[in-house]
Amino acid sequence: MAKVLVVTSGKGGVGKTTSTAALGAALAQAGGKVVVVDFDVGLRNLDLIMGAERRVVFDLINVTQGVAKLQQALIRDKRLENLWLLPASQTRDKDALTDDGVRRVIADLRTKFDWVICDSPAGIERGAMLAMRYADEAVIVTNPEVSSVRDSDRIIGMLDSKTVKAEKGEQVKKHVLITRYDSSRAARGEMLSIDDILEILATPLLGIIPESQDVLRASNVGAPVTLSNAASAPARAYTDAARRLMGESIAMSVPTERVSFMNRLLGRRAA
Amino acid sequence: MTMNLWRLFSSRKGSAPVARERLQILLAHERGLRSQPDLLGKLREEILSVISRHVSLDPDKVVVKMDRGKSVSTLEVDIELPNGLEGPIAAAAS
Repeated sequence: MAKVLVVTSGKGGVGKTTSTAALGAALAQAGGKVVVVDFDVGLRNLDLIMGAERRVVFDLINVTQGVAKLQQALIRDKRLENLWLLPASQTRDKDALTDDGVRRVIADLRTKFDWVICDSPAGIERGAMLAMRYADEAVIVTNPEVSSVRDSDRIIGMLDSKTVKAEKGEQVKKHVLITRYDSSRAARGEMLSIDDILEILATPLLGIIPESQDVLRASNVGAPVTLSNAASAPARAYTDAARRLMGESIAMSVPTERVSFMNRLLGRRAA
Repeated sequence: MTMNLWRLFSSRKGSAPVARERLQILLAHERGLRSQPDLLGKLREEILSVISRHVSLDPDKVVVKMDRGKSVSTLEVDIELPNGLEGPIAAAAS
């Protein structure tokens, strides 16, 4: 049965799009048929992170308005044949996305895919509310930083009240994904620890993605980090997280990059 | 270099515990507001209706405040009654 997953956070810049692309690719690599859907109308970027920006013809709004068929708007990934992208529109019309339109597209996608991953825009406006509206599960992307944790808490409250599941008296299954984590800074007490964040948010942990230069490198070349450098620390962390989403139980660890003692002394990271 | 060496060997407590405590207090407050929209408005209205059954009072002189702490919250109700009360409340107060 298809699962609709929203990747959300409230706060911007914490890694929603990076995580959507990386988790989508990892789930597709594991054999699932996956579509990643960009809900950031007016500021689409998932196409760029996926390396499909020059192949966008139709978008989510075109489909909801009946201008294009779903099949025309879906873009198949060039690396993985069971990974697809439904891009957002670049329109400046904030009201272009409607509840009814989203409901119909999600229902349609459910019949065609195993995983429908909705990349939420930042904030708590219409786009973010519609991205979570029909979700079965939610990945709340959180940085170990006070403003991100606060916004995640707010979003958790909305997942528990504003979604279709919540309105039916059911629960959206929630997972916290901690990104940009620096274990050495956390060990020195300079950064909120995993335990601190989980205790505050009272939500189960999906994975810990270490701060890494590989993430920027992957976005530079337009590939999900799980595909661009599968052996890198963030790629391994995302792959583990994807397997947990599939129901596997995998011991939680923070994959680390190898940093030599001299570099650590000099405050440098391995290139 | 010296700075990094110092950091490497110092056991100085970082700023994370401060972040954690600030978040816990703030979120306890914000969650309370979320789960009980306009609780104070309702309380104020009902308290006002109960009191005015017995005493005529100025609705603006009823102030209801709530202070949410980490483990205990307090509700402060400040009602200014007019002088020269008669009847059961005055009797009970004396």
